Amino acid sequence: MIPTSLATQPIASPHAHGGNSVTRTMFRVQLALVPATLYGFWLFGWPSFFLWLLTILSCLGFEALSLQMMGVRRIKATLFDGSAFLTGWLLAMTLPPWAPWWVAVLGGFIAIVIGKQVFGGVGQNVFNPAMVARVALLVSFPLPLTQWVAPLPLGTVAAPDFILGLQIFLGNQAMPDAMASASLLGYTKTEMSRGIDLLHSLSGDHGALFSFVGTRAGSFGESASMLILGGGLYLLATGIITWHTPVAVLAGIAIPAAIGHAVDPAHYLSVSAHLLSGAAMLGAFFIATDYVTSPNTGNGQIVFGLGIGLLTWVIRTYGGYPEGMAFAVLLMNALTPVIDRFVKPRILGRDRKGKPLEIPEGKEA
Amino acid sequence: MSDSYGSIMKQGLWENNVVFAQLLAMCPTMAVTTSGTNGLGMGLATTAVLVVSNILVSMIRHTVSSQVRIPVFVVLIASLVTVVDMAMNAWLHDLYKVLGLFIALIVVNCAILGRAEAFAVKNGVVASAVDGLAMGLGFTGALTFIGLIREFLGSGTLFAQASNLLGPSFAFLEMKLPGYGGALLMILPPGGFAILGFLLAGKRVMEKRMDERAAAQAEPAAA
Repeated sequence: MIPTSLATQPIASPHAHGGNSVTRTMFRVQLALVPATLYGFWLFGWPSFFLWLLTILSCLGFEALSLQMMGVRRIKATLFDGSAFLTGWLLAMTLPPWAPWWVAVLGGFIAIVIGKQVFGGVGQNVFNPAMVARVALLVSFPLPLTQWVAPLPLGTVAAPDFILGLQIFLGNQAMPDAMASASLLGYTKTEMSRGIDLLHSLSGDHGALFSFVGTRAGSFGESASMLILGGGLYLLATGIITWHTPVAVLAGIAIPAAIGHAVDPAHYLSVSAHLLSGAAMLGAFFIATDYVTSPNTGNGQIVFGLGIGLLTWVIRTYGGYPEGMAFAVLLMNALTPVIDRFVKPRILGRDRKGKPLEIPEGKEA
Repeated sequence: MSDSYGSIMKQGLWENNVVFAQLLAMCPTMAVTTSGTNGLGMGLATTAVLVVSNILVSMIRHTVSSQVRIPVFVVLIASLVTVVDMAMNAWLHDLYKVLGLFIALIVVNCAILGRAEAFAVKNGVVASAVDGLAMGLGFTGALTFIGLIREFLGSGTLFAQASNLLGPSFAFLEMKLPGYGGALLMILPPGGFAILGFLLAGKRVMEKRMDERAAAQAEPAAA
């Protein structure tokens, strides 16, 4: 069953094309995000759907605008390669599910214009665009970006219907106090600052924050850690990403967390709380593995991932912000060129220092 | 002669602008442009130093040998900055408290030594004074403009506390956007760099358009 084009035009090795493309890779990553996204829609209702939709539309809109201003001829081909779509999707996953509309629009602008197109477009950006937007929004607007809503699954009585959801999204309707909630990391940080240690703050009512299945407050994409993990494993299985970065990120968080928790459980969260909270899973599998902003070699990716994990743990434990994944990713993005400079693959026929390998006597003849 | 003064003014205000073309004096540009008032105050203080230092350097340019000129210039500039520093402390105390250290740091502002080296040491007193004024006003304009944008985006005000600098009669300049909390990032250093980057890009686009228009006008005349 050889296609006729192949039969008429034999392709020699350097010219053979595997059929892979930016679009196909982006599509697979989006496929991997679908379960966690659908779960998020169900959990947080209509406002989260509007947020997701507008964030993506905003990213596409600003991408088209930038391409237009730069005089790119084939706007459609670049616009619909899926990269801007994916950036918007990932950004939406990291936002509070009931964030107002302008957060989505501004986030799209920061991610695409400042985070990506200013550097030269797809493949040229130094920093992960979605994380640039996330950090810029968090630093600029601390209040709307840290208002978490208690999960109100669709179909339950308290969940807002379509119209009310739209009103909440457009900011006409203030969030009822009864629906406000706190994420696990934010809650423990606040309690610690009030002098209440973890053993007390996590007992009683707030044990529910630990719910591993995912019905808990948090960013749109952080609640369903297990579904994110599943999507990540799909990416691993299809070869979109390699194991180096995610394993290193998770190890970078888990190892210091395990040591800290073993030494003083009253002040250090447990390994499972760290791994299943916040952006740990999303960051390890979807953010840190971005081709453009991570090192090229497997060993480099391990250094990169361990750095992200360690920095995340340090920021979560000692920093002023409850979650540090976005900051950690940006810091390590900045180090990526340095890592690539020092961790290089061995050249064929030479040893690690660049000297030619010695050819055994017997094989010379 | 008036034509050359015009071109000196044009150089300082637009073509060779300290911030937007030479990219000098980035330290005060980033640090004090958190509001329009701060930018204006800093720019005017720098302008005062720049004009006087240009005049003095031009006057002594034949008596100072080129081997020791740099230390002499630095001593001159440092004395002038001290005078401005004390004057602001005495008469514009509220603004002085905001700008604080950056007034004293005018002494290491490379724009001032740069103009002494690049212009005043080679030109007459009047031309040097005009150059100092043009460069200073260009710097003031750039700082005020960046400051206004950052202030507007970052805290939703325009010329907040302008009466500190210009006296109570200028309080009408102060504006506030109601119901806008402001994007904190714009007040922080990254906002300064982002705004400067967009303004530089904007200036380049404008210059390209102007060149194209000039070329289009020149073409029919040649034909």
